[in-house]
Amino acid sequence: MSMSPHNDESGKKLGMWLFLYTEIILFGGLFVLYAVYLVVHPQDFIEGGKQLDRIFGLVNTVILLISSFAVAASITAVQKGQKGIALAAIGSAVGCGLIFLVNKYFEWGHKFEIGIYPNSERLLDGPVGQNVFFGLYYVVTGLHGIHIIIGMIVLIVAMAFVQAGKITPTRFALLENAGLYWHLVDLIWIFIFPLFYLII
Amino acid sequence: MEAVKSFFETPAPSRFTGIWAWLLTTDHKRIGLMYMFAILFWFCLAILLGGLIRLELMFPGENVLTAELYNSVFTLHGVIMIFLFIIPALPAIFGNFFLPIQIGTDDVFFPKLNLLSWYLYMLGGVVAIAALFSDGFPDTGWTFYVPFSVSTQTNVSTAVFAAFILGFASMLTGLNFITTIHRMRSPKMGWMQIPLFTWSLYATSWVQLLATPVVTITLVLVVVERYLNIGLFDPAKGGDPILYQHLFWMYSHPAVYIMILPGMGVISEIIPVFARKSIFGYKAIVVSSMAIAVAGSLVWAHHMYTSGMSDTAVFVFSLLTFVVAIPSAIKVFSWVSTLYKGAIQMTPPLFLSLCFIYLFSVGGLTGLVLGAAGTDVHVHDTHFVVSHFHFTMFGGTGFAFFAALHYWWPKMFGRMYDFKKAYIASILVTGGFMFHYVPMFIVGLQGMPRRYYDYLPQYAQGNFLAGFGALLMIVGIALMFVNLAVTFRQERNAPADPWGGVTLEWKTASPPTLHNFDHEPAVPDYPYDFTEVVAARAGKTKQNA
Amino acid sequence: MEHNAHIFSYKTLFLVLLALLALTGVTVGASYIDLGKLNVWVALGIASCKASLVLLIFMHMKYEGRTLVISFLSTICFLAIMIGFTFWDISFR
Repeated sequence: MSMSPHNDESGKKLGMWLFLYTEIILFGGLFVLYAVYLVVHPQDFIEGGKQLDRIFGLVNTVILLISSFAVAASITAVQKGQKGIALAAIGSAVGCGLIFLVNKYFEWGHKFEIGIYPNSERLLDGPVGQNVFFGLYYVVTGLHGIHIIIGMIVLIVAMAFVQAGKITPTRFALLENAGLYWHLVDLIWIFIFPLFYLII
Repeated sequence: MEAVKSFFETPAPSRFTGIWAWLLTTDHKRIGLMYMFAILFWFCLAILLGGLIRLELMFPGENVLTAELYNSVFTLHGVIMIFLFIIPALPAIFGNFFLPIQIGTDDVFFPKLNLLSWYLYMLGGVVAIAALFSDGFPDTGWTFYVPFSVSTQTNVSTAVFAAFILGFASMLTGLNFITTIHRMRSPKMGWMQIPLFTWSLYATSWVQLLATPVVTITLVLVVVERYLNIGLFDPAKGGDPILYQHLFWMYSHPAVYIMILPGMGVISEIIPVFARKSIFGYKAIVVSSMAIAVAGSLVWAHHMYTSGMSDTAVFVFSLLTFVVAIPSAIKVFSWVSTLYKGAIQMTPPLFLSLCFIYLFSVGGLTGLVLGAAGTDVHVHDTHFVVSHFHFTMFGGTGFAFFAALHYWWPKMFGRMYDFKKAYIASILVTGGFMFHYVPMFIVGLQGMPRRYYDYLPQYAQGNFLAGFGALLMIVGIALMFVNLAVTFRQERNAPADPWGGVTLEWKTASPPTLHNFDHEPAVPDYPYDFTEVVAARAGKTKQNA
Repeated sequence: MEHNAHIFSYKTLFLVLLALLALTGVTVGASYIDLGKLNVWVALGIASCKASLVLLIFMHMKYEGRTLVISFLSTICFLAIMIGFTFWDISFR
């Protein structure tokens, strides 16, 4: 027989990557909509982008980049057998996720206050292109937010495994896969940020 | 039989007994069989719904269904047949059962994920039923086109959620198969030694993996629109309804290759075995499978010629559609060439495969009529289209499914069925099929639109014949299933290799043992080398003489 | 596709983080220069650079075998087709 799957770390990683492809295409469907509506309503997208708060977007970008670094560092730590550093690194990544969500909460909250939310009167009375822009904004960042939550749960599970000593310098596929998921969430944000917040 | 215990007697994990040995199993063979019973249930239900449609259309005017009920029935028929039958039928049943055996290993790479996929599949089915009993099943057709799917009062959200869950099950199965083929193949088996059924599953899995998320997000958007009314597909709010169709067909056209590719794989297994001759163009078939997977994702908008998209798009997608016909044709030529000068032994699986080649070719060629923009505008949304896709999906995948059932039944259950009844059933189904769908081509060309419960008087004759054909088909399918089911009453009598097959599933007991092989199987240099089989049979004939 | 035993040093990872932060600054800066239709392509280009860094280093793609590299690129190709082919319709209406 070929290698038993229980010890085949590369196989587990391949499975995870395949799953990530499905996530890429999932968001890809929304980017199809984005691309088309950007071309159809270019001016409204610029106007819409100006109404988003760049500072929130920028801070969240920096937070996610730092969290990605932390996750990558945790794998190095595990490979070197530095359990304490690994735990601290994953923990701070989860913390970053939390801050990201808090930011998002305030950002969305502010938008709701000024009357920008799906089917709001302000959007319905305004230019149609802006309605589409903010519609996409809510769907894309909402879906992304759900992924942040899932990613945090996955990271916490990985943390528990590290704590329990089930992740070792030679067997760390679970942590690696959790990390891959987190990086993907970051990757998607890397595209969301300029396309929504910086569009001119 | 030898004293080797089959997987039926050895639960995995071994601590479970009785029903739990099935419901909590991680054995790919048991999971395959669990899929089989669930899928057959849905298949039979959807056949009856299809029969109901035909009964309504058999005579002009309102007969058994009101117009509203008719809309829900054809939607339900479509949703069940597509999401609960054709997409999972071959990969989930026969793929699960035979993929690991064909590549000489003991299970799929993620056995627990495999079980999870089954539960997701079952959950999806339950949710679909739930949609049926709350506010009425959707009347949108299986395509859930906006704006109707967003505005109709029927329970679209629940039905869409069911499709969402089923999409997940399908995606995870694909993920599992790809990983299994990459990581668990017998170390002696190179890529060009993989049996063609497994190759077709590999191509299918990629399509499942990459195309399904598109429909997932599309269906999510339908639900979001129903609850939040954003207007992403509403022109009054800046959206574009045609974009919904783009997204939908970005999945659903590749999805027809999810449906047909494994069927082509089954036929590629059966034909060489009963021609006792190496498959013609092994590499060409492998390459064409992958080519179909790639080209199939380039042609989605040929469903949309009359939707109002640009003429340039109509031109480009029409051109690309003709390209996708090439790899399918390569396969048909390879099968026919394999039969040429072969020592053909007629059996029910081969008979069904021959019917497949004929019906699928008709389906494929009428697909070109639809792929050409000029003719499509004339027959778009008529019964011609209905007939075309039933020729490919039922005459193709459906017959491949029947062929696979008859080919692998003795291996899965260790029991051989009665050939004579199998032939009669196959002839009834095929004959009924022709009566059913050929008139539909004709009334379609004459202009009878699809999805109406009534029609103009000039279409009465064709519809009557179609209804008669439906009856023959239902009787044939019932006979076929009963003929297989009665084998459970008899002893296990099938030898390990009843057909003279040479792929690895024929090198193990019928039914296989828990880990598929007692000792590591010898992987042949070429998966379709029949010299030994032919020599052995010749030796036997000589002895008898 | 052998299992990679490659260990990135903390220093490498940190340098990548700095590069990512710098590129974030660049993309914000670029958004103040009006390049017309080019702006979105510049933004996408910079985002792709950032994504490549994350993929190659943080996600270890640099040390993965052919299977992952080819399949990843195929996924991106499929995504590009999804978006690109839709414009056969949108651009010519």
